[in-house]
Amino acid sequence: MGLAKRIIPCLDVDNGRVVKGVRFVELRDAGDPVEIAQRYNDAGADELTFLDITASSDERATMLHVVEEVASRVFIPLTVGGGIRSISDIRRMLNAGADKVGINTAAVANPEFVKEAAERFGSQCIVVAVDAKQIPRPTATPFLKGVEQSEGGFGCNGGISRWEVFTHGGRKATGIDVIEWAKKMTDYGAGEILLTSMDRDGTKSGFDIALTRAVSEAVSVPVIASGGVGNLDHLVAGILEGKADAVLAASIFHFGEYTIAQAKQRMAECGIEVRI
Amino acid sequence: MNDVAVIDYGMGNLRSVAKALEHVAQKDTRVVISNDPRQIMNAARVVFPGQGAMRDCMKELQRLELDAVVRECVKNKPFLGICMGMQVLLDSSEENNGWPGLGIVQGKVLRFADDMTDAAGARLKVPHMGWNQVRQARAHALWQGIPDQSRFYFVHSYYAQPSDHNLVAGLTSYPAEFTSAIARDNVFAVQFHPEKSERHGLALLSNFLHWNGTA
Repeated sequence: MGLAKRIIPCLDVDNGRVVKGVRFVELRDAGDPVEIAQRYNDAGADELTFLDITASSDERATMLHVVEEVASRVFIPLTVGGGIRSISDIRRMLNAGADKVGINTAAVANPEFVKEAAERFGSQCIVVAVDAKQIPRPTATPFLKGVEQSEGGFGCNGGISRWEVFTHGGRKATGIDVIEWAKKMTDYGAGEILLTSMDRDGTKSGFDIALTRAVSEAVSVPVIASGGVGNLDHLVAGILEGKADAVLAASIFHFGEYTIAQAKQRMAECGIEVRI
Repeated sequence: MNDVAVIDYGMGNLRSVAKALEHVAQKDTRVVISNDPRQIMNAARVVFPGQGAMRDCMKELQRLELDAVVRECVKNKPFLGICMGMQVLLDSSEENNGWPGLGIVQGKVLRFADDMTDAAGARLKVPHMGWNQVRQARAHALWQGIPDQSRFYFVHSYYAQPSDHNLVAGLTSYPAEFTSAIARDNVFAVQFHPEKSERHGLALLSNFLHWNGTA
């Protein structure tokens, strides 16, 4: 017995309401964040993550209020991401009751920000969120095909898979290699990596296992797999095959397709240690 | 008045600790976040949280002249150290190439190795982050109503190793057993975060608010 793998429901918050987009575009209203957070806490969620998807615009104060409300009722770790760009943004979120902040775009714009933040607040509260997209490869020559299919780290269209870091909610390519970036951010003091596959996000076709595994094996800090969960076996695969330390999911929980308890039960049946 | 002071030295999620204490506190209990030596000394009980590095914690404690306050409080009132608030009680830490702590509890603070694996050979990450079990090494008022081997939320890369084994109140495996709770007279200190450990954490905080400080 030892450390449990974590299940983290993610609440995308837009102007004070929880929504979940498909490929970050269409938004469906899923409810009141405080109510949902409370429900997940009661159901046995190990942590909660809020992504403020409107943070780039003007809804910061709304989000602070949401965090304050949740933190006074829910006593599990809370991570808040979206629009965290300065030391004072972090301080405000932590003061409102967040335990960790997710940094994405601002880390790419200025990697030193992550270093400064980790030095000021400690690595334990700095989560670097990485939005990854697989880099398309030229079509493989036929005689290589068998080899590619049999190896986990190889893509189906030739060569070793590579992924590129995207920012601005997946709209902007950076040209940065995901594995190198994850390692660099860890060196700079990130305490955890929240890894989202932009190819899978909202598709319900499962995590990008090769991506998850490649990052998890490359860094010493915990990795949270995100993007693409459609059923409970996807959660299991993220941990057993993707080597993730935690799994993040939104829509399968928000719309009542599965409960946290069902997810944990399935994981336990597959030999994964969970907090029941 | 049953005031509980949460010592504020600029290191960590004091608000979370205070909110959790308020959640379990009786009506006559006032939770104050304070860096005022007088207010802390006058409180009936003291919570000493903390996050970050040993060096930064010690520097801030010294700058705010709260090191002396902590030394005084541990003598006579129910005192709860949390996370760095536990580690700072020890003599010294490996962190920052070796840095002295308050020396209230004999022993040192060590870092988890980078190459740890579990029984199945899987790599164990550092920081040790998430929900792990605490084996209650001995009975204590703060464990009351909390089942042995309950899970609490941890996030840390260093752990305390007290010289006196009799002070160990809780043990956790990662993968070897380390001290996750210390108890000595009116002092109790935990490596995990009770304020983030849901019902068992809240139970521990509630126990602390009812504790008369006898071991």
